[in-house]
Amino acid sequence: MSQVTEYSEKVMDHFKNPRNVGEIENASGVGTVGNAKCGDIMRIYLDIDENQVVKEAKFKTFGCGAAVATSSMATELIKGKTVQQALEITNKAVMEALDGLPPVKVHCSLLAEEAIHAALWDYAEKNHLVIEGLKPPVKDIDETEGFYQTEG
Amino acid sequence: MSLIYLDNAATTAIDREVLAAMRPYLEEEYANPSGAYRFAGITHDRVEEARAEIAATIGAEPREIFFTSGGSESDNWAIKGVADSLRNKGNHIITTKIEHHAVLHTCEYLEAHGYEVTYLDVDAFGLVDPAQFEAAIRPTTILASVMFANNEIGTIEPIAELGRIAHKHGILFHTDAVQAFAHVKIQVDEMNIDLMSASAHKLNGPKGVGLLYIRKGTKIETLIHGGSQERGRRAGTTNAAGIIGFGKAVSLANARMEEVAAHEAKLREKLVKRVTTEIPYVRYNGHPERRLTNNANFCFRFIEGESLLMLLDQEGICASSGSACTSGSLDPSHVLLAIGLPHEIAHGSVRFTFSAETTEAEIDTTVDTLKNIVTRLRNMSPLYEDFIKNNKEN
Repeated sequence: MSQVTEYSEKVMDHFKNPRNVGEIENASGVGTVGNAKCGDIMRIYLDIDENQVVKEAKFKTFGCGAAVATSSMATELIKGKTVQQALEITNKAVMEALDGLPPVKVHCSLLAEEAIHAALWDYAEKNHLVIEGLKPPVKDIDETEGFYQTEG
Repeated sequence: MSLIYLDNAATTAIDREVLAAMRPYLEEEYANPSGAYRFAGITHDRVEEARAEIAATIGAEPREIFFTSGGSESDNWAIKGVADSLRNKGNHIITTKIEHHAVLHTCEYLEAHGYEVTYLDVDAFGLVDPAQFEAAIRPTTILASVMFANNEIGTIEPIAELGRIAHKHGILFHTDAVQAFAHVKIQVDEMNIDLMSASAHKLNGPKGVGLLYIRKGTKIETLIHGGSQERGRRAGTTNAAGIIGFGKAVSLANARMEEVAAHEAKLREKLVKRVTTEIPYVRYNGHPERRLTNNANFCFRFIEGESLLMLLDQEGICASSGSACTSGSLDPSHVLLAIGLPHEIAHGSVRFTFSAETTEAEIDTTVDTLKNIVTRLRNMSPLYEDFIKNNKEN
């Protein structure tokens, strides 16, 4: 696990003490991106008020240390932003906020950006809004049953 | 925080007795054993004693043991060396999908140079089917290479039977025994082995030294050209201290093989029992009986291996994973995929490998820690969230 030693202190901090883990009931928008086959799935929940400001953000992530850290940072960055500002949170911004990622982990930051966009898309659909520059997310989740003994 | 080291398949701590046996040959007796003076003669004799000692443990002759830099070199030499020397006889090699990369990548290299390679499937436990092995043999087959025991899931292959089949068809049989050598009993004649790779640092010996057993009369080209060391077949200044340490490590490991195996088996039984009864949605990988005593490999559903390893590391526990994230590629372990696990499950794998030093208390601490970490990561997992919601609805 060579990459682990390449993680910045900020990545380690957000991995060990992830901010905003959880769910939001009746969220304004929920976005799930990634694919279990590739080892990363991110889900971001947003609570957006009538002025189109993100009041609350939560996440759940299946993935490596970088995936957890980028989700955590993405939810931190999006809180308090307007929908339009939220759309401008790029993977680069997430990476910079984490003091960088090892090259093989850059895709995790892209996933965080996609998760934000997917949650915003869900919000737009629920409220019949058109958000300039927002594209529909690709849903690509793959689950497998039957390879585990259940309880006991 | 004390370290709990459960990654002995990656490497082991050097035994103090081994280090003590090596020291004189790094300090006062530093001579190059190829020297023509008496000062070199002492070191030369100790190297030859180590060779004889190691050879005896596998029923080989000393001159059939060739020291190398380690397991990867031995695998490269065995496969490329035989492929090269038997090029006029044929160009087909048989191996398996679960070999170490030192074998797989060597075979891929040969494929790029005109050879044909069959990569045999394994069953859900990781076993090669002898009938399938025999069916893969062609008139052009020159070599078969099947690992003695798998490094990830610990499954021990039916080597004697596969070797018998290979010999029936006049094919050379190589086994990568890096994980098994001096951990389980290996006899090259009874097991029909022509070539065997081993490495010192997997059995409490030093890093940087290994061996290739080559049955006498085997046609094999040299890999490392240069000086006349190792009877002209493997050049490079003799790693005297390393070889002497290797010899010591092998003799210690052989003397306590049964005792260590019993200790490890007891620990593993405890670990497997606690993990599979106290943690839900877990899968124990590999063969239930035909496996190395020091290996336990699990998949924890809904979570990813690297996260799990990083959190174990925070608690001072060293383990390894076949998750893609720890391998630097996008695909999880080729071994876990070969035993039929879907990608998403293979991502959640963790391997624990013990040593003679591992204690029951360490196993208990590990399971207690693991339970908390698995719960924590599942609470963070969208897959687990969906699973629980779907179960409630149904």
